[in-house]
Amino acid sequence: MLSIRNLNVKYGQIHALHGISLEVETGRVVAVVGANGAGKTTLMMTLAGLLSPAGGEILFEGTALPKEAYKILGRGICLVPERRRLYANLTVRENLLMGAYLRKDKAGIAADLERMYDLFPIMRERIKQYAGTLSGGEQQMVAIARGLMSRPKLLLLDEPSLGLAPLMVQFMFKTIREINAEGVTVLLAEQNAFQALDMADDAFVLETGRVLVSGSGKELLENPLVRKAYLGVKH
Amino acid sequence: MTQYLSGILSLGLIYVIATVGLAVFTGFTGLFSLGHAAFFAIGAYTAAILTYFYGVNFYLALAAAGVMSGLVGFLIGYPTLKAKLRTDYFAIATLGFGEATRVLLENLSITQGARGLPGITNYTTLPVIIVIAALVIWVAWNFVHSRHGRAAIAIREDFVAAEMMGVNIFIGRLRSLIFSAACGGIAGGLFAHYFCFIQPSMFTAYMSTQLTAAVVAGGMGSISGPVMAALIFIGVPELLRVANIWRLVAYGLLLVLIMIFRPQGLLGYREISLSGIRDFFARFRKGARS
Repeated sequence: MLSIRNLNVKYGQIHALHGISLEVETGRVVAVVGANGAGKTTLMMTLAGLLSPAGGEILFEGTALPKEAYKILGRGICLVPERRRLYANLTVRENLLMGAYLRKDKAGIAADLERMYDLFPIMRERIKQYAGTLSGGEQQMVAIARGLMSRPKLLLLDEPSLGLAPLMVQFMFKTIREINAEGVTVLLAEQNAFQALDMADDAFVLETGRVLVSGSGKELLENPLVRKAYLGVKH
Repeated sequence: MTQYLSGILSLGLIYVIATVGLAVFTGFTGLFSLGHAAFFAIGAYTAAILTYFYGVNFYLALAAAGVMSGLVGFLIGYPTLKAKLRTDYFAIATLGFGEATRVLLENLSITQGARGLPGITNYTTLPVIIVIAALVIWVAWNFVHSRHGRAAIAIREDFVAAEMMGVNIFIGRLRSLIFSAACGGIAGGLFAHYFCFIQPSMFTAYMSTQLTAAVVAGGMGSISGPVMAALIFIGVPELLRVANIWRLVAYGLLLVLIMIFRPQGLLGYREISLSGIRDFFARFRKGARS
C-alpha cells in the first residue's frame, strides 16, 4: 500500500532521515519504534506532506503523493499528530466534523459520528464540551476519532500513548486493533516500544534516522539488540 | 434629540458592518489586520466617485464599493497569504497597506487629493443602514456556521492541523479577507453618503485600530460580541462629549478594563442567544431569592 524508498529528510543542515526504506502492506498494523530523535515524527510529518523530502520517493497505492499537505488527506492518508493538535476552542462534535471536512455525504457523516461515540463511549458525554477542556486521554480519543472521520485508508498515529496513564495506554492499543479490524491500515510511531511491538504485525526500529532492524512485531520483541536498546532488558 | 440619537445609531451601525466583516477575518480566521480603514476608504471613494461624478444609482454604487474593496483585498491578500506570512508579519503588511492607500488617495486627481470630496448627496438613511447591517450580520452568521466557517476556525486554532484535515489554508484565509474587505467597502460607501464629505485623513490607522479593537474587545470567535463592542465604542465617546478632553482617556480606560476583567472579550467565543438570555435571567432571579 505504502512504499518508501531511500527517503531523505533534512531540517536545514540537520539530516534527520538517512535513506529510509520501508513497506506498509494493506490491512496491517505497522509500528515504527525508536528513541527520542530517531526520526519517527519526521517520518510521519513527511508522509502527511508537512515536510518535504530532500530525496527518495514515497509511493501510495503505486503513485507519488501530492506536494501540498491539504491534498494528502484526499488520497486517503490521515495523520493523528503528536500532542493531538485538536482545535481547542471548538467542541468535540465540531472537531469530529472537521475531520469529515472533505466529505459531502451528510448521512454517512452522521452515521460515522455515531460510530465514533460507540468506539469511545466517554466522548458521547463530552459532545458539547470544548476540546481544550478535556483530559489528555480524552483528547487523544478525539484526535483519533477526528482522523477516522475522514475515512482514511491509511491512518498515521504519532505517539498515541504520549502522556497517557497506563490503563489508558492499554485501552488505546486495544482500540487501534479494533480500528484495524474494520479495515484501516495503521502506521504507528511509538516510544512505548514493548507494547507497540507486542501489538503490531510488522515493525521497524529507527535509530538516528536509519532503519536499524525490521521484521514482525513478535520477532523484534525477541531480538536481543532491540531488547537491550529499547526494552531495557539486561543480559 | 431623536435626530442626534439616530445619528449616533447610524454611525454605530456603519461601524458594525465593517466590524462584523473584520470579526470573520480576525475573530474567526485568526489573522490581525491593522489596515482595514483602507478598505473602508476604498469603498467610500468608489461609491462617492460613482454617484458624484457619474450619477450612478446609489445602491449600485454601494455594490461596486463592496466589489472594489473585495478586489483590492484579493490583490493584497494573494501575495501576502500565499507567502504564508505569520500573523504578526501579516499585521505589519496590512499596516503598510493602510498607510499606502491613504497616501495614494491624497495624491490622485480623481479623489481630489487632500481636499476631499465635498457635497456628496445624502442617500444613506437609518432604515437603509439597518437593513444592510442586518443583511451583513445574517451573511456572516451563516458563513461562520457553514463548513467554510468551521474550516476558518480550524485555521485559527491550529493551521497545521487544519491543513492535515484537508483545508487549503491559503484559500480559506483569502476567502475571509475578501469577505471582510467587501464588508468594509460597503460600510465605507454608506459612510460617504451619510457624512456627504470624505477626505483621506478620515481613514487613518486610528480607524483601523478602532475596528480591530472592537473585534478583540467583543470576543474573538463571536459575531454578536463585536457588534456590541462596535456600538459601545461609537456610543461611549458620544455620551462623553460633555467631558470633551477626557474622552480618549475614558476610551482607553474602557479598553484596559475589558482587558483586565474580560480578557477573552465581552462574549469570548459565545453568542447572544434567546435561550442564553433566558438562562441568565433565570440564574439572576434564583440568585436574588436565595
